[in-house]
Amino acid sequence: MNMNYTAEELAFRDEVRAFLDAKLPEDIAAKVKGFRKLSKEDHQRWQKILSEQGWYATHWPEQYGGVSWTPVQKHIWDEESCRYGVPRSIPFGVNMVAPVIIKFGSEEQKQQYLPRILSGEDWWCQGYSEPGAGSDLASLKTRAVREGDHYIVNGQKTWTTLGQHANMIFCLVRTNTEVKAQEGISFLLIDMNTPGITVRPIITLDGEHEVNEVFFEDVKVPVENLVGEEDKGWTYAKYLLTYERTGLAGIGLSKAALTHLKQLASRRVKNGNPLIQDPTFSQRIAQVEIDLMAAAISNLRIVASVEGGGVPGAESSMLKVRGTEIRQAINDLARRAIGPYAIPFAEEEMDQAYDGEFLSDPDAAPLAAHYFNNRKLSIFGGSNEIQKNIVSKMILGL
Amino acid sequence: MDFRLNEEQQMLQDTVARLVRGEYSFEKRLEYSESELGFSESFWKQLGELGLMAVPFPEELGGFGGTGVEVQSVMTELGRGLCIEPYLQSVVLGGGLISQAGNEQQKEQWLAGIATGETQVAVALQEPQSFYNTNDVETTAEKAGSDYVLNGRKAVVIGGHSADLLVVSARTAGNSRDAAGISLFVIDANAEGLERRSYPTIDGAKGCDLFLNNVKVGADALLGNEGEAADVIEYQVGRAISALCGEAVGVMEVACDLTLDYLKQRKQFGVPIGKFQVLQHRMADMMSELEQARSMAILAASVADEPQSDERRRVIAAAKNVISRSAQFISEKGVQSHGGIGMTWEYNFAHYAKRLVMINHQLGDDDFHLERYAALLEAN
Repeated sequence: MNMNYTAEELAFRDEVRAFLDAKLPEDIAAKVKGFRKLSKEDHQRWQKILSEQGWYATHWPEQYGGVSWTPVQKHIWDEESCRYGVPRSIPFGVNMVAPVIIKFGSEEQKQQYLPRILSGEDWWCQGYSEPGAGSDLASLKTRAVREGDHYIVNGQKTWTTLGQHANMIFCLVRTNTEVKAQEGISFLLIDMNTPGITVRPIITLDGEHEVNEVFFEDVKVPVENLVGEEDKGWTYAKYLLTYERTGLAGIGLSKAALTHLKQLASRRVKNGNPLIQDPTFSQRIAQVEIDLMAAAISNLRIVASVEGGGVPGAESSMLKVRGTEIRQAINDLARRAIGPYAIPFAEEEMDQAYDGEFLSDPDAAPLAAHYFNNRKLSIFGGSNEIQKNIVSKMILGL
Repeated sequence: MDFRLNEEQQMLQDTVARLVRGEYSFEKRLEYSESELGFSESFWKQLGELGLMAVPFPEELGGFGGTGVEVQSVMTELGRGLCIEPYLQSVVLGGGLISQAGNEQQKEQWLAGIATGETQVAVALQEPQSFYNTNDVETTAEKAGSDYVLNGRKAVVIGGHSADLLVVSARTAGNSRDAAGISLFVIDANAEGLERRSYPTIDGAKGCDLFLNNVKVGADALLGNEGEAADVIEYQVGRAISALCGEAVGVMEVACDLTLDYLKQRKQFGVPIGKFQVLQHRMADMMSELEQARSMAILAASVADEPQSDERRRVIAAAKNVISRSAQFISEKGVQSHGGIGMTWEYNFAHYAKRLVMINHQLGDDDFHLERYAALLEAN
């Protein structure tokens, strides 16, 4: 039983801290810590800094320009980057499609796409969910029919995160309707500028444009954009989902959000005293901090087991449920902490550049919207109910 | 980082597991529970003979020099067997208080007996009004020459019915909830003026309330400095909480196993009830609670024998809060998943369910520890 980092791991942590102290732009960190919206330019600026450091592709082998961190090093990076307010990497290119291309793609695909992901030239989005295929992803209907050197794609994808910025989309499409649902799916890489593709915004309940619908009407996709074999896409999709689940528990993000909450509650006043000293509120904070403490150790146990050669399995599913519930609970408390000032929808104050007078606490404006936005945490990446199905099947054998 | 037990710790845990398997069938446990002693004398002796009671003591006492992890290894297996021997009270808490506060002579006099099981100790820190607050002490110890005279009542002393020695907190100065002015005394169970009202506990063990009517003890019964016991008590209760977390994990593991087995075996509507998603998700929630509890037990063990600090206080409070909630959750949901059979005396699950809820009532419940944690909350 040893819960400490080794000397090498501590040295790595120092290296990470030194890098972030020197290179993380303050304006970006302030936005992240205050739950304010990042622009496409913010993401690209930070990605460039990370790429120059060689730390952008943490899930890739070194031969493709990745960095071969151990699970503990990845964990340290996650903890520190959340603490510093590093923007989350938009995962669709670097952490989702790239591992699939590396494992199942052709040599040409690797050469064409991987360098462009590293350099930020391509912005990828994910074409998985459809209006009729959410948790039951395998029931997807977007059709791809082979005609000569092309597939003709027709259908609709939805919940396409940041698709408005993307120039590439990876899609699950149905290539065979004669077989079992899972066996007729293929994995296609599609240029968003191909004629026949329409992107339409979906405005979420917090007023944000984060997700989109993507329509495909007789879209011609060259056959060389098929990853792996036709009709084997489900295997690749599942492989990708294991990458998606990694880190979905968001322990580092919860820690950062809790720090933000406690600072906020120290400034807010109730009955003439700091809110953090209010008997009820301090106990609410205490409870979520305790639960986060337990989840953080559970997370470390998974990291240590992977470091020792284990494979993260359904334990990650349990942690995803736990971690997202905790983060939602923290968002809930932050919203409560500003009392009636949760009600005004002061969009101008949500902008980092706002230099007018604040209605209330300078951090207050985005909190209610952020709370609503993060109701997604228990829905995406496999809803928490789906995670429990996985636990039931994989761990419990039910 | 490595969360596995080392070879020595694993061997220790295996030894306890073998002993428990051999001695603690469900039927035998009921016999032990219903006996006058209230637990198994032979099992108690074997715990001593195998060196398991010496685990937390230094090597010169035949001990292991074990800390939080080793003590939990023992306690987890005792929990899995639902063992009712007062190991926690005698070895961990009683032995801990004497080790920390006792002078050389007192340690020499008592620890060897505790480490072999020859001497059984019970610890009386609670009072009818104290509600888990060990500083809420109204029992008094007044100085009479070089002696002390104790008066008052101590509440729910687990193992107190059969103990040879009682470690009792009493006030030598100050007001009823002051930390200052609390002293510890080691009292022979047969001392004049000491009455025990014994009872079985709802989870199968035995205990008593202790009535002290002009109980006279010599100065050599005073453990540590007069009036300065509060810190010692807090520290040792912290160690005991870590140990109790270990036990709780063991009880929860078996409770989850039994429930899962039942879901696979019990058929209704023509299928095993584990095919129903509502029961699957509940079972997944129980497993998730168990994982959280395991994590907090590990964390508690890692600070149990560290020097006192606010960080240690926070971890101990957090661990007991999590463990108490997980235990009650698994108990209640486990009974529900079993249906009627989970309500019966003749089925072992019900006894695990009772122990799980009663763990919440020992050494402070989840509310108590949440309040403690909130009081220690840091602004950043």
